[in-house]
Amino acid sequence: MTVVDSSPSTSPAAIDAVPLRHPWRWVAAVVIVILVVLFLYGMATNPAYRWNIFAEYLFNDRILFGVWNTLQLTVYSMVLAIVLGVVLAVMRLSPNPVFRSVSWVFLWIFRGTPIYVQLAFWGLIPTIYANIQLGVPFGPSFFHLNLQALSIPFILAMLGLALNEAAYMAEIIRAGISSVPEGQSEASTALGMSWGMTMRRTVLPQAMRVIIPPTGNEVISMLKTTSLVTAVPYAFDLYSIATREIAARTFEPVPLALVAVAWYLLMTSILMVGQYYLERYYSRGASRKLTTKQLEALAKAQQIGEAGHV
Amino acid sequence: MTPMVQAQEVCKSFGALHVLKGITLEVGRGEVMCMVGPSGSGKSTFLRCINHLEQVNAGRLYVDGDLIGYREAGAKLHEISPRVAAKQRRDIGMVFQHFNLFPHRTALENLIEAPIHVKGVKKADAVARAKDLLDQVGMAEKATAYPAQLSGGQQQRVAIARALAMNPKLMLFDEPTSALDPELVGEVLEVMKKLAQEGMTMVVVTHEMGFAREVANKLVFMDGGVVVESGPPREVLANPKHERTKAFLSKVL
Repeated sequence: MTVVDSSPSTSPAAIDAVPLRHPWRWVAAVVIVILVVLFLYGMATNPAYRWNIFAEYLFNDRILFGVWNTLQLTVYSMVLAIVLGVVLAVMRLSPNPVFRSVSWVFLWIFRGTPIYVQLAFWGLIPTIYANIQLGVPFGPSFFHLNLQALSIPFILAMLGLALNEAAYMAEIIRAGISSVPEGQSEASTALGMSWGMTMRRTVLPQAMRVIIPPTGNEVISMLKTTSLVTAVPYAFDLYSIATREIAARTFEPVPLALVAVAWYLLMTSILMVGQYYLERYYSRGASRKLTTKQLEALAKAQQIGEAGHV
Repeated sequence: MTPMVQAQEVCKSFGALHVLKGITLEVGRGEVMCMVGPSGSGKSTFLRCINHLEQVNAGRLYVDGDLIGYREAGAKLHEISPRVAAKQRRDIGMVFQHFNLFPHRTALENLIEAPIHVKGVKKADAVARAKDLLDQVGMAEKATAYPAQLSGGQQQRVAIARALAMNPKLMLFDEPTSALDPELVGEVLEVMKKLAQEGMTMVVVTHEMGFAREVANKLVFMDGGVVVESGPPREVLANPKHERTKAFLSKVL
């Protein structure tokens, strides 16, 4: 019989191994860098890019106005779409058959037609419904609104984007909700929670981990889809101002398209940073990996324990 | 005094599949009843009927004198609203095979969730009670840990404490140790034993015959949706009368 001596008399030396080399990664990186440098050199020296015009218009007041409008359109329609999407998804999964059908029909229409056509339709609403009256049918009217007298392309554009997006958000949220194990809602029910509270406090927070990444995609996609509002027609978003307004006047399509590209890229980059932090927040508790704080506390406890032994 | 659980000819079917075929039994106050039997015999379904996670199709099921799942008006039964059902469940704690702790909440947050949001207990009071309960199940040091950072046995002990946080008058255990590593089973049974000694009424679906023999007042053997045999655990385990009980026990003991 062997007796294993487990007393930690001298701990073995830490391993100092030669790291595995990856020569082909270096070769690939060098090739790519060369290609990028060549392309950048071409961009800088090709006069067709007209960099002086680009610089002149990058911070132009009209461009900044377009950036602001694009951001507003994105944020407002996205917020509306998420709220509506949650409602639609919850309706779709609810035990109430009326809710389920309403949600299904909404999705059927708004996912089944192109966004450009929908936006054009929203633009036609003042033509179709010239007046809005609130009152008893065939009786007296209490409230009257003349849509044609109002200038509401921004609101129509926002509604158009939001309702279309809501259909997609509803599917994303439904997938998130379905990803939460049934035991979770069962445990909540057994604790006396109502269906609504179970959704709100147990299921949706856990579904967030699945919902956030595709929603980040949708926000970024929405930022770009705002360039379609010209169908309404709404003419003051970034793309419309850069191309239809300024480039059409100055006959400089290339530098102004680049101005638009630069601003879209900047905005999507900022959104990606926000998405990173949101994902980190909602993944708490999802892995056994300890947080930095918890690791520090454990290491401290270990040190104290070892100090006590000596 | 009315028994805590009273089942009269309880039947449950899922479509054409009859899972419970007339269960009649009683659990007195402060009693511990263990239910054993082969898988598919309807033990868990019966347990889930007690807190109305499943709706009974025939027969009557009373908890503390209240009819579960229906309202009796004259000769007619009316389905109860989800709100009333939720109210009935508040006083019935349930512990699941797979713990079902809320993974996005720490152990302590798991315990205070329902008292605060269902019962409207003040947060400070709920936290104090939760800490006390975590201490009772030996989990005081893990109050800030998330479930994924706990072992199975620890998670199940937190889950028991979570159910107790609602001050239930009845506790249901659905195979509480079946998903645990063998060396972790003991710590959970220890907590359950303590709970039984404190006078909690418990219905336990289990395969732990040792626990049944030691702690239970009554052992029920189910097979094929009916109660085949029941009685004091020592008697049933030592001298099973039915062939089916004998066959089952010879396999598990």
